[in-house]
Amino acid sequence: MKQDKLVIGGHEFDSRFILGSGKYSLDLINAAVQNAGAQIITLALRRTNTGDTANILDYIPEGVTLLPNTSGARNAEEAVRIARLAREVGCGDFVKIEVIHDSKYLLPDNYETIKATEILAKEGFVVMPYMYPDLNAARDLVNAGAASIMPLGAPIGSNKGICTKDFIQILIDEIDLPIIVDAGIGKPSQACEAMEMGAAAVMANTAIATAGDIPAMAEAFKKAIEAGRSAYLAGLGRVIEKGGSASSPLTGFLKD
Amino acid sequence: MSKRIDKNTNHMQYTEDMEAIDSDIMDQVIAEMEAYDAAKYTAADVKRALDAETCSPEDFKALLSPAALPFLEEIAQKAQKETRKHFGNSVMMFTPLYIANYCENYCIYCGFNCNNKIKRAKLNTEEIEKEMRTIAETGLEEILILTGESPNMSSVEYIGEACKIARKYFKVVGLEVYPMDSKDYAYLHECGADFVTVFQETYNSEKYKTLHLGGRKRIFPYRFNAQERAVMGGIRGVGFAALLGLDDFRKDALATGMHAYLLQRKYPHAEIAFSCPRLRPIINNDKINPKDVHEPQLLQVICAYRIFMPFASITISSRECARFRDNIIQIAATKISAGVNVGIGGHTGEEKGDEQFEIDDARNVEEIYQMIEEKGMQPVMTDYIYV
Amino acid sequence: MKVNGEAKPLKTEISLLDFLIKEGYQISRIAVERNGRIISNGEYANVILSDADTLEVVSFVGGG
Repeated sequence: MKQDKLVIGGHEFDSRFILGSGKYSLDLINAAVQNAGAQIITLALRRTNTGDTANILDYIPEGVTLLPNTSGARNAEEAVRIARLAREVGCGDFVKIEVIHDSKYLLPDNYETIKATEILAKEGFVVMPYMYPDLNAARDLVNAGAASIMPLGAPIGSNKGICTKDFIQILIDEIDLPIIVDAGIGKPSQACEAMEMGAAAVMANTAIATAGDIPAMAEAFKKAIEAGRSAYLAGLGRVIEKGGSASSPLTGFLKD
Repeated sequence: MSKRIDKNTNHMQYTEDMEAIDSDIMDQVIAEMEAYDAAKYTAADVKRALDAETCSPEDFKALLSPAALPFLEEIAQKAQKETRKHFGNSVMMFTPLYIANYCENYCIYCGFNCNNKIKRAKLNTEEIEKEMRTIAETGLEEILILTGESPNMSSVEYIGEACKIARKYFKVVGLEVYPMDSKDYAYLHECGADFVTVFQETYNSEKYKTLHLGGRKRIFPYRFNAQERAVMGGIRGVGFAALLGLDDFRKDALATGMHAYLLQRKYPHAEIAFSCPRLRPIINNDKINPKDVHEPQLLQVICAYRIFMPFASITISSRECARFRDNIIQIAATKISAGVNVGIGGHTGEEKGDEQFEIDDARNVEEIYQMIEEKGMQPVMTDYIYV
Repeated sequence: MKVNGEAKPLKTEISLLDFLIKEGYQISRIAVERNGRIISNGEYANVILSDADTLEVVSFVGGG
């Protein structure tokens, strides 16, 4: 049996759970990563305060791929600047593009995201753009050199689930890159749903960070994502449509 | 002059004067076709395909399999639903116009082939205009211009002149001519052509080489990539077809669908069309050949195309009988020819050259129009705005 | 000099490396931008700061 790997920009992963590291304390990160079975963790870049002794990198287990985001960027230029700085810290070529200039809904700007993707892909980054699920924008991102597409399920931090389900399904059906549902997933059942649809992976942060028991919720997500993946690979069973079969036969005319 | 292409020429190698584009669609289609084992699909696979909201390539394979034949009624019902969703009750009408029948290819199954002693002719521009005027008077607004495949006798410039005349009389101009380079397609687009159809005949290249013994058509990849070159040249829509029955029709139908599917994915703006010609099985033949395309199999293929690509235009040939055509336009086909004459100059009653094949449904435009209306459908001459 | 948006008057000439060490930054955990241009880790010792410079010193924090 062929192994079921997630491949992003030529890098292989067994886990399909991308864990966010925001909004919870550093000493819980290790347990969360372990329980999540996560092989990719997202980070943000901020100005360093002098005398900061604790650094998040010291809390992340060895071998986990770091995925810096460009949060804080309001346009392509700022996203590019943040990505370049992040690479300078020396933790690999991965970057999650996040361009937001809407402080109310925090919705990503697809146009600026495409521009940033194009620049960074040319510089050798493994670019994973966070985007509003729009097919044309997704195609532009593919052409710009993205390594995956990360459509939002619902506004960041809302825990509302996959409100954009039909549109994410279109991306899954039409785009050849891994589709990773990012933002809005609030419960393991919603992560499972995304995976059943054929998403390549799920990214979650707030849902875990705001749980009563963070490591336990990380584990619940891990199981849900694995279950959803298995269901997708198994092929979902039929849903019997209500109502009788259709009217008069259409094939009665056939001869030879 | 380019080198003579005969049965010893490597059919997979472009000749020097052919534009070779960088595309992996052909390799993908051939890999899919070679891996397709129609016998392994089960009734459960077919049911799953029927229930799926969008038809995946896997579902398409199931719908083309022998296991799907017992579900033909359900498949037709689903195809009809998809057709209604995307096209409502409309049926497009058009007619083909053969302006020449010179051909440089030796295709052993074709009446036009260069070794057949038939009456050859080509219409001059006055004759083309006369034919087109006559056709336009019937009310048709879409025309399909055909030539035999002879770049020497029917040059790109000659076809371009025909397109320019056609633009005066018709709103939509399609071409079914020999494959050419993208710059030639760009030129013909400028002259007024918007749609290009090329039949691959069979996607099995080993079979292909035994059927196409000479002429440029022998070069399989050049023909395969014609639609992509047409799109690169600015052509708006492209048509695909295998001549079902030349080889394993299930594999050929699968390849035709995948060819269109992959091209549409690469060029999302390209409009997609299918034609569904078949070699008729020999009647009263005791041997039942599983490769034969009888009416149920033809219906199966057309419905599978419809369900796989619900937005595609599907044309039903006048080689099929009136009964089949009248029914298929209510299920899956969306385009029907009318007033068909496949000779050279036949529309004005002065036929100069012989026909490529015999048609079955000879009804004129008025008769087809009325038939469509009687079926509760809406005949449409054009739904296209030239931009 | 301006560092991370705050004024930091520079009295004597100092290399970037010495400055970062003096300020207590973890050298292996940061990236530095000087006047809008990224300075790679290996160059820190060769860059002599002036009072007109603007520095950004950044590092990773938790984020989604």
